Amino acid sequence: MKEHPLWKYLRPNALPHFFCPGCGAAQVLNFFLKAADETQLDFDNFVGIGGVGCAARIPVYMNIESLHGVHGRTVPWATGIKLHKPELKVVIFAGDGDATAIGGGHLIHACRRNIDVVMIVVNNLTFGMTGGQMAPTTPKNMKSATTPYGNAEEPFDICKLAETAGATYVARWTSDKPKKAKDAIKEALGHKGFSLVEIITQCPTNFGRRALSTGSGVQCVEWIKDNSVSLKKAKAMSSEELESKFVLGTFVKKERPIFRGSSVC
Amino acid sequence: MSKNDRKLLSGTHFMLGNHAVVEGALAAGCDFFAGYPITPANEISQYMSERMPKTGGVFFQGEDELCSVYALSGASLAGAKAMTATASAGFNYMQEGIGYAVASEIPMVIVDVMRCRGENYATQSDVMQFRWGASGDHEHIVLAPSSVQELFDYTLRAFNLAEKYRTPVFVMSETTISLMREKLVIPEEGGIEIVNRRKPDVPPEAFVPFRAPEDQAPPLPSFGDGYRILHSLNPHDEKGGIAWDPDVFEKLYHRITNKIRANYDDIVRVQDFDLDDADIALVAYGSESRPARAAARIAKQKGIKVGVLKLDTVWPVPERQLEDLAKRVDKILAVEMNIGKYANEIDRVCGKYCEVGRVLKNRGEIHTTTEVLRAIEEATK
Repeated sequence: MKEHPLWKYLRPNALPHFFCPGCGAAQVLNFFLKAADETQLDFDNFVGIGGVGCAARIPVYMNIESLHGVHGRTVPWATGIKLHKPELKVVIFAGDGDATAIGGGHLIHACRRNIDVVMIVVNNLTFGMTGGQMAPTTPKNMKSATTPYGNAEEPFDICKLAETAGATYVARWTSDKPKKAKDAIKEALGHKGFSLVEIITQCPTNFGRRALSTGSGVQCVEWIKDNSVSLKKAKAMSSEELESKFVLGTFVKKERPIFRGSSVC
Repeated sequence: MSKNDRKLLSGTHFMLGNHAVVEGALAAGCDFFAGYPITPANEISQYMSERMPKTGGVFFQGEDELCSVYALSGASLAGAKAMTATASAGFNYMQEGIGYAVASEIPMVIVDVMRCRGENYATQSDVMQFRWGASGDHEHIVLAPSSVQELFDYTLRAFNLAEKYRTPVFVMSETTISLMREKLVIPEEGGIEIVNRRKPDVPPEAFVPFRAPEDQAPPLPSFGDGYRILHSLNPHDEKGGIAWDPDVFEKLYHRITNKIRANYDDIVRVQDFDLDDADIALVAYGSESRPARAAARIAKQKGIKVGVLKLDTVWPVPERQLEDLAKRVDKILAVEMNIGKYANEIDRVCGKYCEVGRVLKNRGEIHTTTEVLRAIEEATK
């Protein structure tokens, strides 16, 4: 049997993976490995970081140096690594809860400092691993395990947050656009400075069933697709029309000095 | 090269306690510092921000204590000798990251300058937070300096122990000594012992990252050395794979705790003063050992047979030395600056052999010599 071309990057003793059928996080693993393969990423000088949550498991399945298992502290780990050994390439795989709820305080400072790290935010719009509780990204009025009458909170726009805080590469794509998502990751890997790639993904088990009344991965992807608009189209739309829509595209791409420490002489 | 560029400022100084911590760290090879402002530890980070970039290291001011302590983990795994400094409330926040560092066996040094509930008064109230603050099972190494010289010496030693046992090691500082200036002698280079973590002596394909004898830490390669290790908080097997298996978990945590317990003789240190023919023994740690020693000297002149056991290591508890002492004296007095937290430990170890009294003060002030002397005299009645 012919070996899968990306199999060589996986860590066999960590498999099988624990993603549910139809999970978008597993797709992101695929997007990343394709991007890494196409850019010939030097895996001996690479660290992959995951916090806690479904997306945080992505680096666990790769045969790489990795840190895993603490909720929301991916950015501080990455900062310590990059400050001591700037030659290492560091990629964070974070869920939306990891990146913007418990780790939100760290995220804005990573953007501000422009640490030379790639952060892939796998945004499934919920706390998937813990059972589908409301996240800072859950759309307004949507049902979740902790918003049985509909979400009463306003969600974050992660890309706007990153842009405002000073990130130098910011893009958003969805799991139904694998090539765009992969290309954005490739671009982020080649970018010097803090790069945030948000990928909206389906969580059939805990977002789909609670918010969309479907446990079907396909139907969840269709819903994401139906609610996505390109940046170009979005420019011609009113803010009312854009409510609860996922605007897709590259929002920021600029150069700024990268962070080398708080006191440099 | 200016004087500031040297890592080791050998010679005699009149130095602030918090600055002695910095010099001790630099002497040990510290090349990464991260911290968040908090009094009375600020002089450590401020002086670090001056010294570190000039000696080739990194100074990082995190957005909070959590960021700082996790930055240590990242830097340490990348090969740095990393340290942070904080004070009681900030130490609370760091406990989360300390739990991770224990589980993933990451060397680092953490200085906590104990303070009173947001106020910078003297206390030893964190002595139990040091031991039990972090989640999960662990054995901690906590060193208790009592002077500016010991702040230098014990910070240096903390790095050596952290590197040797692949674990966070703590310096228990206090408001009293951190903000005090005293004589400090920094030895010449040849007079300083430096321990560096063991690296694997086999290639990556033959290396089993979490395999070690049950009383040791495994070798630790740095990121970029090509070993590709998964460092997870989750229970992991010898290969580093996340594995929920009661046998795997038990074996891992037995080794992580036993690497400290089994090396008691290497880790635990005490100093004794005039204990050979003592009837009464004062047991004290940190700055409280100073009024204890001063009072014991005066009491001795008055004909009372009293000595002092100073605990340089408070965790692990110097149980053997305490037990040995309890068998020799009539009475032990635990001298402490809190509601009597460590006194419970002393009582636990010594209580079955002799009477254990408590000389406690919990009002933001160190004991005076007179107060301890009065307690000694009371104990003779």
